[in-house]
Amino acid sequence: MFAESSLNVRNKRVQNLFRILFMLMTVLLVVPVIIILGTLIYKGGSIISFDFLFTDPTNGMTAGGIFPALLGTIWIVAVALLASVPLGVMAAVYLNEYAGDNWFTRLIQLAIINLAGVPSIVHALFGVGAFVIFFGFGTSILAASLTLAIMTLPVVIVSTRESLRAVPQAFREACWNMGATRWQTIRRVVLPNAVSGILTGVILEVSRTTGETAPIMFTGAAFFLPFLPQSVFDQTMALSLHLFVVATQVPGVPEDLPFGVALVLIAMVLIMNSISIAFRMYLRGKKKW
Amino acid sequence: MQAASTMITDTTQPEYAIRTSKLNLWYGDFQALYDVDLNIKNGMITSLIGPSGCGKSTFLRSVNRINERLGYVRIDGTIDVLNKNIYDPDVELVQVRKQVGMVFQRPNPLPTSIRDNILYGHRLHSQGKKSSRSEQDEVVESALQQVLLWDKVKDRLNQKATELSLEEQQKLCIARLLPVKPSVLLMDEPCSALDPKGTAAVEELIWELRGEYTILIVTHNMAQARRASEECIFMLMGKVVEHQLTQDLFVTPDKKETADYIEGRYG
Repeated sequence: MFAESSLNVRNKRVQNLFRILFMLMTVLLVVPVIIILGTLIYKGGSIISFDFLFTDPTNGMTAGGIFPALLGTIWIVAVALLASVPLGVMAAVYLNEYAGDNWFTRLIQLAIINLAGVPSIVHALFGVGAFVIFFGFGTSILAASLTLAIMTLPVVIVSTRESLRAVPQAFREACWNMGATRWQTIRRVVLPNAVSGILTGVILEVSRTTGETAPIMFTGAAFFLPFLPQSVFDQTMALSLHLFVVATQVPGVPEDLPFGVALVLIAMVLIMNSISIAFRMYLRGKKKW
Repeated sequence: MQAASTMITDTTQPEYAIRTSKLNLWYGDFQALYDVDLNIKNGMITSLIGPSGCGKSTFLRSVNRINERLGYVRIDGTIDVLNKNIYDPDVELVQVRKQVGMVFQRPNPLPTSIRDNILYGHRLHSQGKKSSRSEQDEVVESALQQVLLWDKVKDRLNQKATELSLEEQQKLCIARLLPVKPSVLLMDEPCSALDPKGTAAVEELIWELRGEYTILIVTHNMAQARRASEECIFMLMGKVVEHQLTQDLFVTPDKKETADYIEGRYG
């Protein structure tokens, strides 16, 4: 009565087939990551040294280090964060905590989604028109960072909204019912409980911003500069553009140099992501509801 | 603001804590309350019973104006709390919430310490002055004493409130309202997330608070209404059918609908 029928056998075979197929797809996802990292470490690992990180390029960028580009990337990312985080977090708080569900907020949401879909080269041209020319910042760190800030704003807004949404509604109700205003509720209860998610989003934004090339190419990043930037109104070199330059634009670059630059760039991103993940796990472990 | 503050300083307690007249309420096009006229006695425990969707929770939620949060709610008529219509334009919402506290179905302590939960409301309403540590300790102790929780938690006030048992959490949620000295406590099925032991303990607590606070409690559990309230209101389809002493309503109801409901013919 309970013996296996031929139909059972066939169903089981199909079931196994699909399980293996899905598993293969998952493995396939990881393969490129491993190949990329492996190649970079194999071909570029040997050039990484203290001197490589902290000296200037020499011999028409065919030798020497990457210090100006490394520093420039840190400049650009830091200024972009200063612009996009306050703006994005405040907009997200408004959308999630204050705004009602009406045509106006829906329009704003649509705009945010569309902003996220704009190609980075279009952002770059917008940056040239708006920040370099119209606001008169010239090609500078400020113009490049603001362009990046606008580009990553949707990421900040969406991730902040997600973490605000994850705060149980019951907490807000508890506060409102004791006579707390919306702002008191946000400041004392909502934000403290959402901060881990918001910070995670910010760090992820950093890792995205670090690698962007097109938006900074026309707005503030330079091919080569013999000096370091002194203020946000100066141009700067940047790692991502530097990689493009040494890989394709300069003749006679030894092979391990571009791989070394790529390795530093990807290491920065991976370190950021790891910090973000560790941080999230730490904060999640602390909260209980 | 002026009227709201006289409302609080009024020391002569009126006979009725809550009086509504011709209260109609709509959610969009749907009318949830029809001409509700109720006089709820000061210092008493009044229970609201009726089948799902009869409007009892809606009524409860309009007494501290928490309903307004849903933008599509429209109200007609008056709700007087301590002789002042809380829907008058000169009424400050924060003062209403201070006078009329609310306890929810699911205990909702904030994810902070037991101590900070109790002090939350106190801090909100202490007008920027920082109270001293000893003053705060007093507030915490007295609130927890009143909800019969002090002896259990006095040695772990810094523990997270969310780690308490559900029964203790619900008691804490009641205690949290007390430091701002409300006169009315609204309870929306306060025991339905608790086990029988927890239910008994919270009912006992509600009974203890009688006299000092006017308590309005919505319940699905008729036995609970019978055990734990002095007056009982039966609602059906957004209308008040009957309002009686609890003992009378369950023994000799006036209306046939009430009799049928408490006998379990519908609902």
